[in-house]
Amino acid sequence: MAKQHVTTTVNGDAVELLCDPTQTLLDVLRDELDMKGTKEGCGTGDCGACSVVLDDVLVCSCLVLGVEANGKSVETIEGMAEGEDLHPLQRKFIDHIALQCGICTPGLLIASKALLEENPDPTESEIRYWLAGNLCRCTGYHKIIEAVQDAAAEMRGN
Amino acid sequence: MGKAPSPFATKIPYEKKDLKIVGSNPTSRGDAVDKVTGRARYASDITLPGQLIGRVLRSPHARANILSIDISAAEALPGVKAVVTRDDFPDMAVEHAASGELMVNFRDVTRNMMARENVLYDGHPVAAVAATSDAIARAALKLIKVDYEVLPHVIDVRDAMKPDAPILHEDQFTKGVEPKPTKPSNIAARLESKLGDIEKGFAEADIIIEREFNTKPVHQGYIEPQASVANYTEGGLAEVWTGTQGHFVFRAQIAKLLEMDLSKVKVIPTELGGGFGGKNNVYLEPLAVMLSKKGKRPVKMVMDRDEVFRATGPTSGTNVKVKMGCTKAGRITAAQAELNYQSGAYAGSSLPLATITVFTRYDLENVSVVGHDVTTNRPKVAAYRAPGAPMVAFGVETVVDEMARECGIDPIDFRLLNAAKEGTQTHFGPKLGPIGYIQTLERAKAHAHMKEKLGPNQGRGIATGFWFTLGAETSATVNVGEDGTATLIFGTVDVTGGSRSAFAMIVAEELGIPFEKVRTMSGDTSALGFNFMTAGSRGTAAGSMAAVTATRKAIARMCEIAARKWEVEPDQVVWEDGMARPAGANVGDFAPMSVVELAKEAAWFGGTIAGHAEINVAQGGPGFGTHIVDVEVDRRTGAVKILRYTLIQDAGKAVYPEFIEGQFQGGAVQGIGTALNEEYIYNDKGVLENAGFLDYRIPVASDVPFINTEIVEVPNPDHPYGVRGIGEVPIIPPLPAIANAIHDAIGIRMRDHPMSPPKVLKALKDRMIEDAAAQGTAAE
Repeated sequence: MAKQHVTTTVNGDAVELLCDPTQTLLDVLRDELDMKGTKEGCGTGDCGACSVVLDDVLVCSCLVLGVEANGKSVETIEGMAEGEDLHPLQRKFIDHIALQCGICTPGLLIASKALLEENPDPTESEIRYWLAGNLCRCTGYHKIIEAVQDAAAEMRGN
Repeated sequence: MGKAPSPFATKIPYEKKDLKIVGSNPTSRGDAVDKVTGRARYASDITLPGQLIGRVLRSPHARANILSIDISAAEALPGVKAVVTRDDFPDMAVEHAASGELMVNFRDVTRNMMARENVLYDGHPVAAVAATSDAIARAALKLIKVDYEVLPHVIDVRDAMKPDAPILHEDQFTKGVEPKPTKPSNIAARLESKLGDIEKGFAEADIIIEREFNTKPVHQGYIEPQASVANYTEGGLAEVWTGTQGHFVFRAQIAKLLEMDLSKVKVIPTELGGGFGGKNNVYLEPLAVMLSKKGKRPVKMVMDRDEVFRATGPTSGTNVKVKMGCTKAGRITAAQAELNYQSGAYAGSSLPLATITVFTRYDLENVSVVGHDVTTNRPKVAAYRAPGAPMVAFGVETVVDEMARECGIDPIDFRLLNAAKEGTQTHFGPKLGPIGYIQTLERAKAHAHMKEKLGPNQGRGIATGFWFTLGAETSATVNVGEDGTATLIFGTVDVTGGSRSAFAMIVAEELGIPFEKVRTMSGDTSALGFNFMTAGSRGTAAGSMAAVTATRKAIARMCEIAARKWEVEPDQVVWEDGMARPAGANVGDFAPMSVVELAKEAAWFGGTIAGHAEINVAQGGPGFGTHIVDVEVDRRTGAVKILRYTLIQDAGKAVYPEFIEGQFQGGAVQGIGTALNEEYIYNDKGVLENAGFLDYRIPVASDVPFINTEIVEVPNPDHPYGVRGIGEVPIIPPLPAIANAIHDAIGIRMRDHPMSPPKVLKALKDRMIEDAAAQGTAAE
């Protein structure tokens, strides 16, 4: 199948690429753009490890085709810190030991950031239900929830 | 634990001292920034120039003979560079080796990696392909023609033990039975563990309770699927990047399976995306090396999630019978168990560990355990966090709860009456050293959790757990740089990111320099001597023994440098508070020298500063824990909600306390998943029906509450800082604790795992029918 020309924006940078129409956005990010921060845990939208934001919508990039990014903007884990300055969520994940093996961490950070943009002051229950699509097998979620609560408080200026 | 204890094993006596770094919580850890920014490199993130993509063709049948395999059409597909089948791998004789907490047999390892005569489970590899793209590799798999003769299969452990069951291996005769059986059996081995006189014990009992329990296989559920990249080069050298819990063991297995010299295989462990025992076994690695050899290019292989479920190690499904007796006063007089453990397609489950540890929380005189290791048409089981222990705890801790109630004694008090302590004779051999089991029970009893009021359909359960700390071969190197900073190269695998920091804290404490001045890095198989698998909770416990040994050698070298400078004997120099100092006033009036000063002068005084350790760490420092759980049962749906959870465990010494809390919490939630939802579901053709995270449901954030944790510290006498392994104990108690809590809530004993909504609902309905029938009988 002929490759398609895609013009998109990734973490604020204009990107042009050719991709197979059957390629997922996840594979385009990882294999065509060599951005390996977004992880694949299942390929079926069940684990959330591949979470990215596509035009302000939190998606599993394994369920989106690369060609669907045409004309849109993609935010990935690689764009979360500004240079050396980590995003408050990244800092709080480290402070609270909200990560162990780390394979789910990029997806959880992207999903948590999307939550706080929509709801800057979520309850514990709201955090738990929002993140229910992001599987973590190491932490039991305890420290992830604490990190998100703490980051939210800091971002609200408390 | 797979290996006999060596008389030459290393113990370093515990020394109580004021600690500056160990036991604090560092503000940063070596792996964290890379993990939160997406820079950490896992195996599937490795890309080599010109790499091919490898994929595996798997059996769609639970059991079949392979009559023929035709790869010609696949080989002819443009873009396909190599196809391998059984014909590309040498057959192996029976030869056993330790691979983590379980033993492997190379005759079976090669067959599990690539089927030879037959396929024995849905998902069993039959061929592998390397092509220029993933799409071409997948297309090539469809062109491989395998002619199968489908045979009857058996999935359930009890069915497999029946005399008329389909037999997986015609040459398998039950070991441990005298005289040797004349007929082959799915029971690969019969094991026993005994203490005292079981008949006498039951004769002394006032109360005897006998129950039967069944558990389904559950999967480790790591989020990172198995992935490997191999590069075989012309000189007969192989490099393999892989996600593993033991790169040295993997090197040994790759070399053995492919008949290569160890020195020609280099395994580079990448960041590991979860293992829990499931990454103790080779699956893709030898295939990737062989495909690279045939295809003459690097090969990358990554499993799909359904392959992870269908073909990598779940734990054993089990059938467990427990019979225990006690006096009215609550003293256990006899403890008996029969354990029937599935090993999957090939013999060798966690049964040997389970058999010897069934009752090792209690101080017992009379114990009798019989176990059966049973082959079934499922993937070969792998270790899963305290392999084999949660299932026996399900039985024992439930029966203990019943006995306590029969005696009218609080379940914690009942355990205290029978608790193992220093000097208790175990049924696996040695007497226990100092342990913290009683402390965990006492702390549980005093915990605020116990005062929380329970409402209707709510209940509280208690259960406890025990696990070993494995020692084994461990190597490390400390290099002190010219600027006085230190780098530790370790050879265990930092499975979760905690041991890297714990090592840095311990090296900094030993050297007397700040934590930030120590960097710790994983070494590949060419960098260090052999390290055994990171299994058996040994990562930090054993790894830090090597780190301490190496650091103390570097310190000896620094004392030598000071002695040469001061023109005194090395034994006239001591190391205190991060400085080389004269041992006494009579040595001379020399200003103490810091690491930075010594490092500057090292070259002149004989060369750079380093220390290395290649030791076999003695097994020891077992861990014990007590869990309290409150549940609420929804009588309309059968759903069980976890309301509150508290976990108290002896860590020996918590090097990095907040990280330990995180491991406790993670283990407890894995145990909650096991208890309430997770199970392998096969259809009548022996095909796995829930090979994905949608249908194999691991806990999500909204399923669980915060997990309260408390750390007890009873130092391990054979570790310089008193460290015990902590990783595995937390997964053991949740299954029985939740079963006990459900009983407390609704008066029903759940003895079939998982305690999922349909099972609990059925139990509630059965109880209603029984109650109605009883009322009807009473009315007559």
